[in-house]
Amino acid sequence: MTFYFTKDHEWISVEGDSATVGITDYAQAQLGDVVFVEVPPAGTEVAKGKEAAVVESVKAASDVYAPVSGQVIEGNGALEADPALVNTSPEAEGWFFKLKLSDPAELEGLMDADAYKAFVDTL
Amino acid sequence: MSVAEAEAEIQDRALALDAWHRRRGARMVSFAGYQMPIQYEGIIAEHLWTRAHAGLFDVSHMGQLKISGEGADVALEALLPGDIQGIAANRIRYSLLLAENGGILDDLMVTRLPSGALYVVVNGATKYDDIAHLHEHLPETVTLNHMDEQALLALQGPEAVAAFARIVPGVAALTFMTAGEFRWEDTPLWISRSGYTGEDGLEISVPADRAETLAERICAEPEVKPIGLGARDSLRLEAGLPLYGHDLDPKTTPVMADLGFAIPKRRREQGGFPGAERIGIEREQGPVQKRVGLLIEGRQPVREGALVLDGDGNEVGKVTSGGFSPSLERPIAMAYVPLASAQPGAAIRLEQRGKIFQAVVAPLPFVPHRYHR
Repeated sequence: MTFYFTKDHEWISVEGDSATVGITDYAQAQLGDVVFVEVPPAGTEVAKGKEAAVVESVKAASDVYAPVSGQVIEGNGALEADPALVNTSPEAEGWFFKLKLSDPAELEGLMDADAYKAFVDTL
Repeated sequence: MSVAEAEAEIQDRALALDAWHRRRGARMVSFAGYQMPIQYEGIIAEHLWTRAHAGLFDVSHMGQLKISGEGADVALEALLPGDIQGIAANRIRYSLLLAENGGILDDLMVTRLPSGALYVVVNGATKYDDIAHLHEHLPETVTLNHMDEQALLALQGPEAVAAFARIVPGVAALTFMTAGEFRWEDTPLWISRSGYTGEDGLEISVPADRAETLAERICAEPEVKPIGLGARDSLRLEAGLPLYGHDLDPKTTPVMADLGFAIPKRRREQGGFPGAERIGIEREQGPVQKRVGLLIEGRQPVREGALVLDGDGNEVGKVTSGGFSPSLERPIAMAYVPLASAQPGAAIRLEQRGKIFQAVVAPLPFVPHRYHR
């Protein structure tokens, strides 16, 4: 399993041609208390860099972008009842959706964990 | 994802407690031309702490004015619909600065000082406009001082007064909407039993050079934590209190905003304030739109700017404040809706980013006030 990161603070963990997407610990800390998450239902086609989910904190609504293109296999239903999972476990239980990659080559432009950490340090 | 948050503006000014907030771990944002703390440990935790114990808010961005001179109260009544002449010493009134057409320029608190002068607290974002408006309209016999050497702290919550009484004995004798002068060590404090959270509490005007020492002393009490502007907003929304620039603006009148209580009988009958005629007609015939509270169905917050729709999908109003209520654990909002849909229980349809939401008009406040009367 390989983790990649975007400049918009999504993470994607890839295994073969399927992947799981969420937002990073840095992102959840910036958002503050998450009170609502809308994840795409299975079957949704998402495009790299386009809105795929919505996350709302007490103070603001933010879009979550698809790090790569593909078809959603599953949205994380647990976030409906417990959106705070995004705060308490952003990079595990608080995942947003799983998808089947349509173009694995799109992963090439993403950051690895070290590059993302260096990027966050510049913010 | 996109984190929509105001970037620190280079031209923002620092308030007296700036360094103190940063040392305490606040996240600072740009607000009303200042760097202000939006949160410390988190908005929900800070909100619930204030409802259960006591929260210390830095509201030094607000404008503190002193209006003095012979006839200052009579002169102010030409600009406000309140009974300013009738304010006894050490008593506080909520009032509204009105434009010629009755639109709201600001909402504010007026206190009669023991000297007879008036102490007026106005919103931070509007204070310079207010000062210009007052200078333009008050007669030369009336003096306006901007007390910008004073900081302003609000200590709010059911345990606020008990905690502060250990620092300044005597504050417990104040009742809601009264004020008085106190001393802490050698520092004069002007303390009001008032606030913007719906809870009991105090607002403390302190010389800016003593603000940090006082804030540190207050936070040494076990009931008290510093609270950011984020929780201040969610607390006032639950308390049904309008926020200027959002729920009130020059397009809204006191009647539309459901603030008729701010126009007492003598002023209604005598008029003599800006927009008196229009406001009188609105009182009799009802305004076109009225500010109401909304309980939103589901879990997703509906925020400022969302549209109120009629049965045909036409825009007939707007959400002016909205968010997640930490106390009720559900989304709530304030909106202007047509008068025919303004009674509690009325069903309201909203649209935000292309999505339809159902809501029901709820009586304000959402969370009962707990003032010490």
